[in-house]
Amino acid sequence: MRHIISILMENESGALSRVAGLFSARGYNIESLTVAPTEDPSLSRMTLVTRGNEDIIEQITKQLNKLIDVVKLIDLADSDHIERELMMVKIKTSEQMRDEIKRMTDIFRGKIIDVAPTTYIVEMTGPSEKLDAFIAAVDPDAIIEVVRSGPTGISRGEKGLYL
Amino acid sequence: MELSGAQILVQSLIDEGVEYIFGYPGGAVLHLYDALFQQEELKHILVRHEQGATHAADGYARATGKPGVVLVTSGPGATNAITGIATAYMDSIPMVVISGQVSLPVIGSDAFQEVDMIGITRPCVKHNYLVKDVTKLAETIKKAFYVATTGRPGPVVVDIPKDITAPHIKVPYKYPKKVSIRSYNPIVTGHKGQIKKAVDLLLSAQKPIIYSGGGVILGEASKELTEFTRILDYPITSTLMGLGAYPGTDKQFIGMLGMHGTYEANMAMHESDVIIAIGARFDDRVTGKLDLFCPFAKIIHIDVDPASISKTVRVDIPIVGEVKPVLEQMIELIKESHKKPHKKTLEPWWNQIEQWRAVKCLEFDRESRLIKPQHVIEQLHEVTRGDAYITSDVGQHQMWAAQYYPFDKPRRWINSGGLGTMGFGLPAAIGVKLAFPDADVACVTGEASIQMCIQELSTALQYKTPIKIINLNNRYMGMVRQWQEFSYESRYSHSYMDTIPEFVKLAEAYGHVGIRIDKPEEVRPALEEAFAMKDRTVFLDIITDRTENVYPMIEAGKGHHDMKLRVALGTSTERELA
Ligand SMILES: Cc1cc2nc3c(=O)[nH]c(=O)nc-3n(C[C@H](O)[C@H](O)[C@H](O)COP(=O)(O)OP(=O)(O)OC[C@H]3O[C@@H](n4cnc5c(N)ncnc54)[C@H](O)[C@@H]3O)c2cc1C
Ligand SMILES: Cc1ncc(C[n+]2csc(CCOP(=O)(O)OP(=O)(O)O)c2C)c(N)n1
Ligand SMILES: [Mg+2]
Repeated sequence: MRHIISILMENESGALSRVAGLFSARGYNIESLTVAPTEDPSLSRMTLVTRGNEDIIEQITKQLNKLIDVVKLIDLADSDHIERELMMVKIKTSEQMRDEIKRMTDIFRGKIIDVAPTTYIVEMTGPSEKLDAFIAAVDPDAIIEVVRSGPTGISRGEKGLYL
Repeated sequence: MELSGAQILVQSLIDEGVEYIFGYPGGAVLHLYDALFQQEELKHILVRHEQGATHAADGYARATGKPGVVLVTSGPGATNAITGIATAYMDSIPMVVISGQVSLPVIGSDAFQEVDMIGITRPCVKHNYLVKDVTKLAETIKKAFYVATTGRPGPVVVDIPKDITAPHIKVPYKYPKKVSIRSYNPIVTGHKGQIKKAVDLLLSAQKPIIYSGGGVILGEASKELTEFTRILDYPITSTLMGLGAYPGTDKQFIGMLGMHGTYEANMAMHESDVIIAIGARFDDRVTGKLDLFCPFAKIIHIDVDPASISKTVRVDIPIVGEVKPVLEQMIELIKESHKKPHKKTLEPWWNQIEQWRAVKCLEFDRESRLIKPQHVIEQLHEVTRGDAYITSDVGQHQMWAAQYYPFDKPRRWINSGGLGTMGFGLPAAIGVKLAFPDADVACVTGEASIQMCIQELSTALQYKTPIKIINLNNRYMGMVRQWQEFSYESRYSHSYMDTIPEFVKLAEAYGHVGIRIDKPEEVRPALEEAFAMKDRTVFLDIITDRTENVYPMIEAGKGHHDMKLRVALGTSTERELA
């Protein structure tokens, strides 16, 4: 099963490599990983998407908790949560295709954030599946470049990850 | 008080109560060595190879329970220490390793003798620190000791760039009395409800067994384990790492379990209905094939590290906490309970165990004209009245030491279990002897293992640490040869050496006494002679039966009930080796 693990950790130089190292050393898979400082500059927040059966996920969370730099973590899959990913896509646009891309972007509630003579850049956020759907809807030959942030998430209601 | 970084390090170690530091100098730690030179409180032990420093500090830690401390230079000094750090890590031994690093401004430039020590050690330390600010040095040292010695212990590396220790930069010094780390809060006492459930299950068992491990020794809970076992009157087995936590000569002790465990211990595990694992981590050498592990048992597991619980074997009642307080609580509950185990209920189980015991799985050929390694260990036990500190290397000799020297006290059996590091025994023995100068300390080794850190014989002379080296010389990497005999149709691929040094001369060259024996009747007198030489290190080169194998053995992919026992008729002596 797919799990999104959110981690609050000390904003120290080695912290990220400890997490990454743990995953490679123990053979866990990482689908995506995002990290950035939080409103408290001593902490950074990491969101990690991984897959595995229950036993593996249990070991992953225990092993992560064991890292001295990890302050706290939650498995978002355990509760109701919201998930978002940011994507930017550079698309080749011939004269006749421009309208088509514009319409599609609107349907998916994206934005065109850069217009050049032969290209558009489309920005879009949403659950990962929505971004996948947009990519699928665009002519693959027209896509020049795709950048995705990897998902991040937050749990609904009072539950959450904070100190 | 204003001190330089180098002085701060030395003073911090003194304030931490460190007695010995095991090290080897080099460019990046010259300031530190200069500070060491100018004081007398902290004693430095100069080894002959940095691996030796880590194992000696490790031996000291295992024997005393106090953290071992190591000092190495950057680059090759640091990389030489890796094997010893990984050895301590696998067995959860508290250790603080100080490594020199190139100066901060040149880090990352492939400077002379630069290695990324933080990166290299990350997978084999509990934690590591790179010190970037001299004003944080004392606090970092305090944190290192705190992390190394609490919770599940382990090695911590503190990497110190050379400029941090510069003599001309002085800053105020104060060693913190206490530190707390917000992200590190090891659990001490167990969950009351879980403990209650565990006791209820334990008291309802018909075929219970106590499976104790290294955590009992690490957690100083021998006394509690012994009381717990006695009031229950249950059989107890131990892992290799837990030997001595419960008296090995007691009748309730049914021997080590696992790959080279006793028949009775492994059979009892297999047939049991309730297992309580105490500070043990269900290692693969213990469980054998997981699908076949203890098919009838409900399992209780006490461990301070949540990640040890249900890692390989799913348990029914996990208790996260330190062995000592958890056992104290359990003992209290058992005493209060009115459904104490009845002798009658346990009788069939003990009868069964006695039948397994009657197989005498550790018997060996006592009539042989060749020296049997088992005989040597039995004699070693007698000559030292079972009261020596025994370190070992890795191989068959290690297993024989574990099987034939029953340890009655914790911290007497000092070996590398998790990493299985050949070369561990000799430097570890030096560390032990420094801690307990009046005790008998012997290193049981093999002719291959001893050569991995043989240079430390020189350290033993310099610091006058008279130890006895019991070299079970079978002219083979016996453990490897045994596997090749069983699994590769006796194709002994590179498991022997054509040239083995004359150990007697080698010992003498290092300034010690060497004795070589090859007849069974010489064993006892040679051991007595060696231990009578209180102030000399003695190298006993004992030429043993090279065909001997370690039994019982659970081969790969088998369960506890499927052991290979010594063949009843004919011993290995009569077998022809290819
Ligand atoms: C050649 C060779 C053969 C071997 N054969 C065998 C064999 O036949 N049988 C065998 O048993 N081993 C054998 N071993 C050793 C084996 O590899 C493991 O090292 C050993 O089984 C682990 O012992 P343990 O489970 O007691 O764990 P340890 O490695 O001692 O770990 C201790 C456990 O206790 C926990 N702990 C630590 N402190 C506390 C505390 N205060 N409170 C609570 N919990 C705590 C830790 O978190 C950890 O889970 C062999 C090794 C070699 C090299
Ligand atoms: C550093 C290291 N290298 C290799 C091994 C693999 N190994 C395990 S036991 C063994 C042979 C040990 O031979 P010896 O010291 O003579 O002991 P014996 O088994 O003969 O008693 C080897 C090579 C190891 N454990 N450690
Ligand atoms: Mg040998």
